[in-house]
Amino acid sequence: MEIEIHVIHYLVISTVMMFCGIYGFFTRKNLLALLISVELMLNAVNVNFAVFNRYLFPDRLEGHFFSLFGIAVAAAETAVAIAIIINVYRNVKQVLTDDITDLKG
Amino acid sequence: MDYTILILALPALSFLLLALAGMKMSHRVAGIVGTLSLAAVTVLSYATACSYFTAGRMEDGLYPTLVPWNFEWLPFTPSLHIDMGILLDPISVLMLVVVSTVSLMVHIYSFGYMKGEKGFQRYYAFLSLFTFAMLGLVVATNIFQMYVFWELVGVSSYLLIGFYYTKPEAIAASKKAFIVTRFADLGFLIGILIYGYYMQTFTFTPSEERLMQAGMVLPWALGLMFVGGAGKSAMFPLHIWLPDAMEGPTPVSALIHAATMVVAGVYLVARMFPLYVDFAPHVLHAVAWVGAFTALYAASVACVQSDIKRVLAFSTISQIGFMMVALGVCTDADPHGGGLGYMAGMFHLFTHAMFKALLFLGAGCIIHAVHSNEMEMMGGLRRYMPVTHITFLVACLAIAGIPPFSGFFSKDEILTACFGFSPAMGWIMTAIAGMTAFYMFRLYYGIFWGKENRELHARHTPHESPLAMTFPLVFLALVTVGAGFIPFGRFVSANGHAYDIHLDWGVAGTSIVVALAAIALATWMYARDRQPVADMLAARFSRLHRAAYRRFYMDEAWLFVTKRVIFRCVSVPVAWFDRHVIDQFMNFLAWGTNAAGESLQPVQNGRIQAYTWWFLSGIIVLTAVLLLF
Repeated sequence: MEIEIHVIHYLVISTVMMFCGIYGFFTRKNLLALLISVELMLNAVNVNFAVFNRYLFPDRLEGHFFSLFGIAVAAAETAVAIAIIINVYRNVKQVLTDDITDLKG
Repeated sequence: MDYTILILALPALSFLLLALAGMKMSHRVAGIVGTLSLAAVTVLSYATACSYFTAGRMEDGLYPTLVPWNFEWLPFTPSLHIDMGILLDPISVLMLVVVSTVSLMVHIYSFGYMKGEKGFQRYYAFLSLFTFAMLGLVVATNIFQMYVFWELVGVSSYLLIGFYYTKPEAIAASKKAFIVTRFADLGFLIGILIYGYYMQTFTFTPSEERLMQAGMVLPWALGLMFVGGAGKSAMFPLHIWLPDAMEGPTPVSALIHAATMVVAGVYLVARMFPLYVDFAPHVLHAVAWVGAFTALYAASVACVQSDIKRVLAFSTISQIGFMMVALGVCTDADPHGGGLGYMAGMFHLFTHAMFKALLFLGAGCIIHAVHSNEMEMMGGLRRYMPVTHITFLVACLAIAGIPPFSGFFSKDEILTACFGFSPAMGWIMTAIAGMTAFYMFRLYYGIFWGKENRELHARHTPHESPLAMTFPLVFLALVTVGAGFIPFGRFVSANGHAYDIHLDWGVAGTSIVVALAAIALATWMYARDRQPVADMLAARFSRLHRAAYRRFYMDEAWLFVTKRVIFRCVSVPVAWFDRHVIDQFMNFLAWGTNAAGESLQPVQNGRIQAYTWWFLSGIIVLTAVLLLF
């Protein structure tokens, strides 16, 4: 039996990814886990861009470009975030969010 | 006449140079810089006066009013703008000559008098500043420029009175002078604002149409301006600062508090004279009565003071009263019909500046020699200081009104003008002129005759002053002898037409007789080693004597008004309101902000996920709001 893949299927997947990311961001305490959650959310968005472009405006490419941009930005952001996390760990010997409160105003 | 700008620029530049670089210079260099710039100013002023008066009159018989230099400084409306510039007319040219002459003499004199003083360079810087301000005042093209420079002379007077800033009396005197004159200047400023609002101009010649519309407003404006003039010119009851101002160095007293700055009020009235005489004659006559009362009051106080500079200070107040009277008794702009006083007042301003500067500079020589201001420490100085003695005598004769010295001619014109106004005024002023002769000769005999202070002379024999100090004395004495013969009315008169001074021998004879009688009385009472008559009178009228010595308790009255009435009844409640209502309200605002901050502060706890919860709930609320509405 052959299932035709429709736009809704993609959207369900991206929604699940989005909320997994949100849930992870709210519940996990480890900074690395938070970073992974953020990546999940970003990728959910990228999927949406690609899907909407593919199904709604097949003759244009802006959505794909945006996905590529998102991926590039996410990569850069990850590099910066990991650098920050490493430095935080060196200074505080800790990567749990509840214990890193010294920089509040 | 383009070079007239230098008359203002040179003292200003020399002030800047001495103020910025003075401490790097030696005393000598600083003094020479100040004096040379002033000498140049004097030469330029004389050149201006010469070319102005020799250029001749216009077809209508008046000297032209020249504005060689003017720029618009603050425009408000097309007609209402504040300018800065130079205006030349007979009285401003006259004042240029007076101010620069006396100032130059004081600059030269100070070489000797201030020799070796700490702050010599500062002293010359302030003298330059004062000269700049005073010259700017006299050549003002409009009333607001006059006001600006008016305040500037107030500041430089404050700085110079407080020159010995480690001496508490000098500090108190400088503050008193500044506050009292500032208080009076409030009236001046209000007057200027009213004038500017209703006349739509700050110049001295508003349009006819505006003048006609103004009605009762113009007398008020002019009266308020006179309040400022009364403060600067030490008219009763705003005179209290001038005697205390004698705490400054004596040459400063000669320049500022005798010859130039204190006559600024007279100059102001003279400047506004056409408006006074045509639109506010009652105000003008009030000026006369204020001047007459001041002259009487100051003359009676001067009769009993023992500090020689105080005697001269009260004599200055009295003489300025004479000038005010002279201006005030004018009833018309025509010198042949009631406008004589204008010419007489300006003439007296001129002669008085010379002989009063001479008196103060002479007093400076005496103080320099005796190291005291008190008359008791002096006596018999005529043998030790011949030049000072002769020049002082010349000045005393001039102020007493003995011909042929200059004071006689100007005072005689004033008395003639007073008799023309009302016989009562004439007799009052004649009596005051007699008192003037009396107290000046009391001073003269007290200093140069009478018993020598042998105790002091044994320690330190008084000696004649150096040439730098005697030269100005001799110069001013020569001016005093000659100035009376200047045909002054040809240059300055109320309506600008030439007026030939002719002595009214009835008036002149009376005043000479009164003056000679007063001098004879003073000679009889004071020209001896002991003064039984004076002591007897002082003992008989001890209460009057003490009251006059304490200046009729005017300072106490002012202190009562300020401390007891104003401070206690106005300032204390206002301070209470400020402290308990306004401050408390502000404190409450601060406290409320602080408390709100304190209670919100825990929200910002540094935990990143707490922030995201707030963020999420915010989004949910916003979404709900957007969906619902």
